[in-house]
Amino acid sequence: MGKYEDVKLLGDWPSPFSMKPRIALNLKKVDYELIVEKMNPKSELLLKSNPVHKKIPVLLHRGKPVYMDFRPPILPADPYDRAIARFWAAYIDDKWAMQVRDINKANTDEERAAAAELIFAGVQLLEEAFQTCGKGGNWFGGDNVGYVDITLGSYLAWIRVTEKMSGLKILDGDKFPQLAAWADRFCAEEAVKGVMPETDKLAEFAKTLMMKLKAASPAK
Amino acid sequence: MDGGELKLYGMWASPYVLRVRLALKLKGLDYEYVEENLANKSAALLRLNPVHRKVPVLLHGDRPIAESAVILEYIDETWPRRFPLMPTDPRERAAVRFWCHFGSDKMFPSLIAILRSADEAQRAAAVGEVRENLKLLEDELREGFFRGRRFFGCEKLGFLDIVLGVDAHFLRGVTEVAEVDLGEDFPSFTSWLREFEAQPEVQEVLPPFDTIVDFLRGHRRRILAQA
Repeated sequence: MGKYEDVKLLGDWPSPFSMKPRIALNLKKVDYELIVEKMNPKSELLLKSNPVHKKIPVLLHRGKPVYMDFRPPILPADPYDRAIARFWAAYIDDKWAMQVRDINKANTDEERAAAAELIFAGVQLLEEAFQTCGKGGNWFGGDNVGYVDITLGSYLAWIRVTEKMSGLKILDGDKFPQLAAWADRFCAEEAVKGVMPETDKLAEFAKTLMMKLKAASPAK
Repeated sequence: MDGGELKLYGMWASPYVLRVRLALKLKGLDYEYVEENLANKSAALLRLNPVHRKVPVLLHGDRPIAESAVILEYIDETWPRRFPLMPTDPRERAAVRFWCHFGSDKMFPSLIAILRSADEAQRAAAVGEVRENLKLLEDELREGFFRGRRFFGCEKLGFLDIVLGVDAHFLRGVTEVAEVDLGEDFPSFTSWLREFEAQPEVQEVLPPFDTIVDFLRGHRRRILAQA
């Protein structure tokens, strides 16, 4: 294991961003120590290791921070397939995940309907992308869990919490059978099991977080 | 040519497009360029990038690739021996990708915020953010992973130079339009940018500075008119 000795990850259980490197490390069978970073207050180790963003996750290899771009290194071999995988990971991270989050901000029925429409349009695209990327396999990565699987999969717990809190069935098995089946498959993976937060626990956390945020910001 | 003809759909003043053009230039790759009118996008563009409907889109043979960062990596991986853009060392690659994200998640939005600032308070806030971001970059160049280098890519332009360099060039344009004086506060950043802009490939690809300034000025006027 020489090359991969002394690997530490600063992170925390609710964070989908911490999940990605954890799953990747598990898949690559690299032992690591998880240092729980509560973020409030931020530890000295965090501030020293990631002064730019002051955020988790931070990977430390032999005590030195490896700058994390939050993206695990599990890509296909062919450059074009890699480009497709990167494209969908960017879409999920930069666009779709925000749209899922935004449904919680909807105050009226109209806003809710508009937010839901955006989310479903995205899920439809991802259902199609699953075919293109997966080429008939069980994963976006084909026969193995890959880049896009990990990217989308890391949001699954939060997606389930959002479904619970908004009453909206996002990964609806009737509308999006491939993705619904994929989600179950992902959660059952060895590399994922110890890392995926339980929906109820995460829902509690989310409620507490939202209350804190409401208390911190002035009433509208 | 390997795999087919290259065609790039772009817009002359888009920094995202210019990154791709600079990469293609450094790699010595020929391509057909299609200028898009973003107010009236071509059917081809909409068909090739249905998800985002944006430029740049690179068409290699019959395969479309969208998102500038994705395109840059594709070009680098498809023609790995010509003028490699990404470093080989994994830690360095991670550092490059980190600072690329810094560019798109922090630097670029702070430039846009200056352009959009409608009053003195907004302008001051936006300028403050740009200064904070420049300080981080300055510290990185002086004491960080890339310290002591002529370029992020060492002696030659690399991936990160392309991404941050084009953005920084546009930052110069924005500070001119908004009359922001950054003073002598970021010497390492300034000297890196000067070296970047002096490279022949950069000079050949970037439009004349005053056309960028005019474009940004017009952009700002339109934004403020809508506010």
